[in-house]
Amino acid sequence: MAILVYIENTDGGLKKSAFEAAAYAKAIADQKGDTLVALSIGDVADAELQKLGKYGVTKVLNASQANLKQFVNKAYAAIIAAAAKQEQASVVVLSNSFSGKGLAPRVAAKLDAGLADGAISLPSWNGNDMEVKKTAFSNKAFATEIISSPVKVISLSPNAYELKESPASAEIVPFTADVNANDLSVVLKEIVRATDKISLPEAEIVVSAGRGLKGPENWAMVEELADVLGAATACSKPVSDAGWRPHSEHVGQTGIVVSPNLYIAIGISGAIQHLAGVSSSKTIVVINKDPEAPFFKVADYGIVGDAFEVVPKLTEAIRNLKNN
Amino acid sequence: MKILVCISNVPDTTSKITFTNDNTVFNTAGIQYIINPYDEIALAKAVELAEGGKGTVTVINVGDAATEPTIRKALAIGADDAVRVNAQPRDAWFVANQIANYAKGQGFDLILTGRESIDYNGAQVAALLGELLDLPSVSIAKKLVIEGNEANIDREIEGGKEVLSVSLPVVVGTAEGVAEPKIPNMRGIMGARSKPLQVVEPIEVPVLASIARYESPAARGAVKLVDDVDQLVQLLHGEAKVI
Repeated sequence: MAILVYIENTDGGLKKSAFEAAAYAKAIADQKGDTLVALSIGDVADAELQKLGKYGVTKVLNASQANLKQFVNKAYAAIIAAAAKQEQASVVVLSNSFSGKGLAPRVAAKLDAGLADGAISLPSWNGNDMEVKKTAFSNKAFATEIISSPVKVISLSPNAYELKESPASAEIVPFTADVNANDLSVVLKEIVRATDKISLPEAEIVVSAGRGLKGPENWAMVEELADVLGAATACSKPVSDAGWRPHSEHVGQTGIVVSPNLYIAIGISGAIQHLAGVSSSKTIVVINKDPEAPFFKVADYGIVGDAFEVVPKLTEAIRNLKNN
Repeated sequence: MKILVCISNVPDTTSKITFTNDNTVFNTAGIQYIINPYDEIALAKAVELAEGGKGTVTVINVGDAATEPTIRKALAIGADDAVRVNAQPRDAWFVANQIANYAKGQGFDLILTGRESIDYNGAQVAALLGELLDLPSVSIAKKLVIEGNEANIDREIEGGKEVLSVSLPVVVGTAEGVAEPKIPNMRGIMGARSKPLQVVEPIEVPVLASIARYESPAARGAVKLVDDVDQLVQLLHGEAKVI
């Protein structure tokens, strides 16, 4: 038996979430006394795949055939299921990324497997049954799920599992499988990336602002603070509804759920729907001129004050800290 | 164009979430139910696409009779007819199998779901329907434009988007940006009462997963209010060690 981890790439590079998935799968392999096998699909250089060795991966299946260069969930799911069958995998681990969400259910269905989506910690085992914790009710609660099917699929939430190194040397083995033309019917025309932006779901620090900023023209100071912190920017729902910021920045129950190390909320009152999206942040800082703002009740640190005065000073103080 | 919209009956976004029976059962006491907000986006898009006789919109929900007010609301918003699969929606796998069983052979050109439900957040149903019906699927769409037999879709990715094109039929999970949710008007509400709502019995689906128990998030300690930014920076650096 083996544990199979699917390694997602972005333009041929492996991101932190890919290493998190590898380290998580390694820990499951150790729990079960099984071997760990990684699978990469697409065009990723050997040197990049070898980086997986640092997290205990000793074997990487590399499916780099020409018709798999672009991500298509239907085709990629078929490849992952084929690899899982070849390796007799008992557990398949993926990242619960935007692509992973389109992929994991298909992989699970192909393997008659139960899917634990958005796992936030290592599973525990009771015979063949696997228990794993995930968030539910849009971060307002946790649910422990039991997966009882013979094969299990887990998608791991970003930023939920601490990267643990267990250095090994990764051997890269070509993997080819037939791809059904019908599985490639989605055509990728273009990838548009905000190149200088840090991806919000994976960011370790998030600077978020709300209606307290009064208008989109005042976001420069938010971006400047994010810039000195190496943070992603985010906003509350009223702000994206008003079109001040794009929907992709909306954090909350009906937007993106984040779990960074540090979440700084500026001029956001803290409606229950917004709090749901940020409550698993490790440290929360709230800056609001209203001392009664509900957000202070769930914050670790707070400053009662006018954002237009506090934020530029905070940016300056952090810049000083970083320079010393 | 024949469109199927999958809707989920979920607790209102302002709900406080608590559990009973030793944290094994979600406490529904006092909970108001709504159409899942992402499904409202899917429904609004479907109604927009079908307007002016260009198509028909069927909504489907897996739930017991208690979900009918939610289904009627979807009819009031503009769906033409509705189907309720008469079963408790055990999990995404169960729901997707029921919907696929209804949809197969019906010739839907477009099957829409919300990107995820706000109760269990699995974001699974769109991809599972794609798999069960052997159709392409896009799980998190920020934009959906139909031109002839082609769907042009912006798919959300970390820090950007993919611009995709695919021939119908396709399954799409819709997110913000696809359409603005519609509020039913009086005419819609009156009309909804007489629109067809078909109740079908569920098929058997093997159990692959179940929920053992729930937990509420641990309360955070009291907030430390500070007066100036230097003090805050010291705490974030020295105490919380996050910068």
